[in-house]
Amino acid sequence: MWIGVWLAALGLVLGIALGLNLPFTVPQAYAKYMSVAALAAMDSVFGGIRAAMEEHYDNRIFITGFFSNALLAAGLAFIGERLGIDLYLAAVVAFGVRLFQNLAIIRRHLLK
Amino acid sequence: MRIKPFHLALALVGLVLGLLLSVQFRVTRDTMKFPQVHRVKTMADKIHDARVEHDSKQEKINRMREELDKVAAGAALGALKEELVDARIESGMTVVSGPGIEVTLNDSNLEVKNGGNPNWYVLHDEDILKVLNELRAAGAEAMAINNQRVLATSEVRCTGPTILINRNQRIAPPFVIAAIGNQDTLTNSLKMRNGVIDSLEPWGIQVSIKKVSRVEIPPFSGSISFDYAKPVLEDQKNE
Repeated sequence: MWIGVWLAALGLVLGIALGLNLPFTVPQAYAKYMSVAALAAMDSVFGGIRAAMEEHYDNRIFITGFFSNALLAAGLAFIGERLGIDLYLAAVVAFGVRLFQNLAIIRRHLLK
Repeated sequence: MRIKPFHLALALVGLVLGLLLSVQFRVTRDTMKFPQVHRVKTMADKIHDARVEHDSKQEKINRMREELDKVAAGAALGALKEELVDARIESGMTVVSGPGIEVTLNDSNLEVKNGGNPNWYVLHDEDILKVLNELRAAGAEAMAINNQRVLATSEVRCTGPTILINRNQRIAPPFVIAAIGNQDTLTNSLKMRNGVIDSLEPWGIQVSIKKVSRVEIPPFSGSISFDYAKPVLEDQKNE
């Protein structure tokens, strides 16, 4: 288990370093979709940590969830924008609520 | 401990998450920094430059006018001097005074009726233009709005709640239009049935006309330049 955590942390640090030093940024128009995708990704990660603590962590579910959640959130926000529905707000609320819930559960597991 | 494929997948997840977060961070930081603050600053700089340029030009105009006065006063040039005085009155470069009227216009004090357009209750550039036009038709010899001389080349333009005149002078209500001419003719021209005042009154626009025995009209403050129009001489005309 620990080797996985360390590798993930290493990937995170590498990703941040890469992102900060990229010679280009995402255009302003796509920043909204990116933000929802980032939120969904964060939610998935905390969901994964929680599952690991509850000892029913499944690697396949975690990885597919991570990518599909991020893409779906960004895609829904994009479609909502075209249709004049603020779907990205729905994504922010849904993922935000889940994020805090996951954090609360993780905290309880740590306190036990 | 062996690295299994799913460990690599975890590393990939971390990489993607880090990338997303840091790129998003950079975009947000850029939006905070660039469009507004940067734009406002460049605009402010531009306005400042234009003001400085305007002031220096105004100073130059004043200096040249003084020089002209000195030259005119110094030598006894007789006829030329008289011609110059006439030309300066005609071009609006001197203070003139005489009998005339003062028309004061102000926005409506009525309340906007339900469903009414508030635009109907405020003064517009068109209203000012109509009054000026009527006064000209009634033989006004010199006019000024809020102490800004009105010449043949003076524009009256709407800029939000204020009006621009003489290229760079911004004036706001109440507008006081002073005109020199036959007092009765000027007054009657505005009070004509279905005339300018009649068209403004339904909206509660406040108009008052005062006959003044001595109206003083200030000189034109800007500069008149003819960059494109050139005089045609007599012998050229016959060609």
